[in-house]
Amino acid sequence: MIRKTTRRKFLAEAALLAAAAGLPSGASAQATSNLLRGTEKDMLAAITRFTGAKAVTKGRVRLDVPPLVDNGNTVAISVAVESPMSETDHVKAVGIFSERNPEPVILVCKLGPRAGHANVATRVRLADTQTLVAVAQMSDGTFWSGSAPTVVTIASCLEDI
Amino acid sequence: MANALVTVPSTARRGEIIEIKTLVSHNMETGYRRTDRGASIPRDIVRLFVCTYNGVEIFSAELHPAISANPYFAFSTVATESGTIEFQWKGDNGFAVSSSARITVT
Repeated sequence: MIRKTTRRKFLAEAALLAAAAGLPSGASAQATSNLLRGTEKDMLAAITRFTGAKAVTKGRVRLDVPPLVDNGNTVAISVAVESPMSETDHVKAVGIFSERNPEPVILVCKLGPRAGHANVATRVRLADTQTLVAVAQMSDGTFWSGSAPTVVTIASCLEDI
Repeated sequence: MANALVTVPSTARRGEIIEIKTLVSHNMETGYRRTDRGASIPRDIVRLFVCTYNGVEIFSAELHPAISANPYFAFSTVATESGTIEFQWKGDNGFAVSSSARITVT
């Protein structure tokens, strides 16, 4: 005699099987991806480490990030700091920070009066829709910042091989 | 194995601001990815990039996993004198690459 299997029964059994086989359920997969996301707090802590807890003023720093990113694996960004770049008044360092990447620091670069102008461009990975912050350290010891929001459709960092 | 590409103008007028572009071939493995069997893939990234102009450091960068594969940097410098601009990349597992470019300043 043929045993009748209802759709409901089949689904329940399939779920049990999946659980027994140790396949990740939706909930645990979500938890893993959340673990790999930073928070605004992480970013602010990283900026504090960069500045040595000095005050950061908004302005003088322009951070260019595409407003909409298709692929978070390669995002062209650039930072420009308003500075005469003279011996007495120049940008010493620039830090770029992320709110939602697994690690808040993206890049720290050092430059000096010999740069001519304080422009740096690179390519970065973005794990999520977020706001990036660039902080510049001036030769007089002050810190200035600029930020840029971006929407990321395909996230980086989390894909498997 | 590893390759570096640098773009520096071959000639410049004294005092001119020139743009330098660099690219180095590297996977920049973040350390956050896993294989299909769940094993974690260890981090393997370029950690440091330094550019010197006739032996004097003009630009350096500390790289983190958020820098894309094949790290690219564009920055500028003032053409002060004829000479050599050198580039060095250092990273995990003994990764070290260097490259240089000649510049004639008139």
